[in-house]
Amino acid sequence: MSKFRDIFRGRPKYVTVRSQSEEGQGSRRELPDGLWTKCEGCGTPIYHKDLAKNLFVCEKCGFHHQIGARDRIAQIVDDMDAFEEFDRELWPANPLQFPDYEKKTQADREKTGLSDAIMTGKGTVGGYPAVLIAFDFFFRGGSMGSVVGEKVTRAFERATEQRLPVIAFPASGGARMQEGIFSLMQMQKTAWAVETHSRAGLLYISVLTDPTLAGVYGSFAALGDIIIAEPKATVGFAGPSVITETIRRPIPPDLQSAETVFANGFIDRIVPRTELKAALTQLLRYHAPVHSQRV
Amino acid sequence: MNGVFEWEKPLVELERRIEELQAFTVKEGIDLSDEIATLERKAESLRRQIYASLTPWQRVMIARHKERPTTLDYIGLIFDEFFELHGDRAVREDAAMVGGIALLDGRPVTVIGPQKGRSTKENIRRNFGLPHPEGYRKAMRLMKQAEKFNRPVISLIDVVGAYPGIEAEERGQGVLIAESIRCMSALTVPTICVITGEGGSGGALAIGVGDRVLMLENAWYSVISPEMCAQILWRDTSRAAEAAKLLRLTAADLAEFGIVDEVIPEPLGGAHRDPEKVAAAMKEAIVRHLSALDGLSKDELLSARHEKYRKIGAYTVRTEDELVRLEEARAEAEAPGEEEVHTD
Ligand SMILES: [Zn+2]
Repeated sequence: MSKFRDIFRGRPKYVTVRSQSEEGQGSRRELPDGLWTKCEGCGTPIYHKDLAKNLFVCEKCGFHHQIGARDRIAQIVDDMDAFEEFDRELWPANPLQFPDYEKKTQADREKTGLSDAIMTGKGTVGGYPAVLIAFDFFFRGGSMGSVVGEKVTRAFERATEQRLPVIAFPASGGARMQEGIFSLMQMQKTAWAVETHSRAGLLYISVLTDPTLAGVYGSFAALGDIIIAEPKATVGFAGPSVITETIRRPIPPDLQSAETVFANGFIDRIVPRTELKAALTQLLRYHAPVHSQRV
Repeated sequence: MNGVFEWEKPLVELERRIEELQAFTVKEGIDLSDEIATLERKAESLRRQIYASLTPWQRVMIARHKERPTTLDYIGLIFDEFFELHGDRAVREDAAMVGGIALLDGRPVTVIGPQKGRSTKENIRRNFGLPHPEGYRKAMRLMKQAEKFNRPVISLIDVVGAYPGIEAEERGQGVLIAESIRCMSALTVPTICVITGEGGSGGALAIGVGDRVLMLENAWYSVISPEMCAQILWRDTSRAAEAAKLLRLTAADLAEFGIVDEVIPEPLGGAHRDPEKVAAAMKEAIVRHLSALDGLSKDELLSARHEKYRKIGAYTVRTEDELVRLEEARAEAEAPGEEEVHTD
């Protein structure tokens, strides 16, 4: 257990609620424990602890509130204290010298406690060891720049070496614009990492969470052996506003909802968050013979 | 002045005056060669001055010039023969993506690339060169066919981006782009990509994974178009010129970053000024790179390709001490310390 992780241990647990900022990326409103918060789906005030207990899904309307990478992994692994985080020493650079980029990543770092929009590592899920990849939408809209691409790639590489399955939870607006062409190239890197893992005969489950868009959907996220989505998650390539501007007429509101994408044949199954761990465990059990069993 | 950019107008004016004087000489039999020579020197210096300092946005505009050679123009100029193949064998034919078998100095190769139209009518038929998922599926089919018959793949790229349309989304363009990137990464035959005009985001990368990536001097290649970048940054697409500068999307930038292996020069003013010359330079470069790749075994080819792409990324590596120190500072700034009590 590293010192780094110990520091997080004493932190208050937050509910993280999305609000659209200027860049169309999420910003995190942090609400302390012991308070009431309004459901984003139906507006019902919910005692925060109850919302957290129900994995940030509204019991009344079923709305799935967005959660950060750390919360996501904590919901899935058997023991967060035993979770072995990968590559947390990788931090973003500013290869294009894009104005204000360092300032923005610094602010998001303070907000999320992450060096970039992702947390990767190894843990057990229902007793089965697995490599987990969780995006954090509250860090630059979960966008994939060099750090995110590198961490996804390394996670698949480690899983290949250790013969482990991978479960990925993308939550991303797409590529990281401020890293320009370097972010675009992460699409190739991650797609090829998936393929190498796949050629070793190992399982990759992609769990599409709200939103999974553009360069992230158009690379590793769409390449799972099994593709699951959370209810109502936005899933697509082009952003809805860009489509509207291009075709100059309104688009069907549910065009990119997980339910529509499922009906179009691109998702295996929609699984509510409260049933997600059980579903993943079930799938890991079916594939256990091909994977390494040591933890 | 059709097809002339604002910044070229003084030069084009001067060129016209020279032509007028030449015509006058012929017509009236008066020797004006001194005057003409002076003007020609002036024109030459103006030409160098204008084109030596093109801004990134001016290059984007040249890349979009309506007379800029298209994929099929280059195919006609570079290859001895071209046999176009159609259809994705699943949904439909997509005229925004062309492909087929061509002869490069007598050698069969597979060529693919997005195709823009010249007229409005052709542009509608070709969806302004923006492929639907079927276009990527067709490209993949032809690339796999190339692999089967052990012929190289040449990809000519000129696409502003993935198509933001309802049907493209309904038919899973994200999935097709991901699959195409994977397919191209895995090809066991040499692949050479040339960005000839616009290289826009995932739409370009889907057919842009190559053992060699070449780029024309005035082409652009970026994760996002300048207009969309300006829209995100300032909610104002009219500031695209500023965004173009920030994105570092020129051929020179990408060569500096190591993303592009070679920049192919264009005539002053752009490829439309002399398509034959540009095509000849492209052909020379393609043949040269292919002959270097021909010497590699399939394994060598694949590992060289994967090493090349595996390295791409710009990040910093922090020490454990740094991580702890920064996290302590952050925790202190937040400073609640208690599990249950927290105030912002
Ligand atoms: Zn609700």
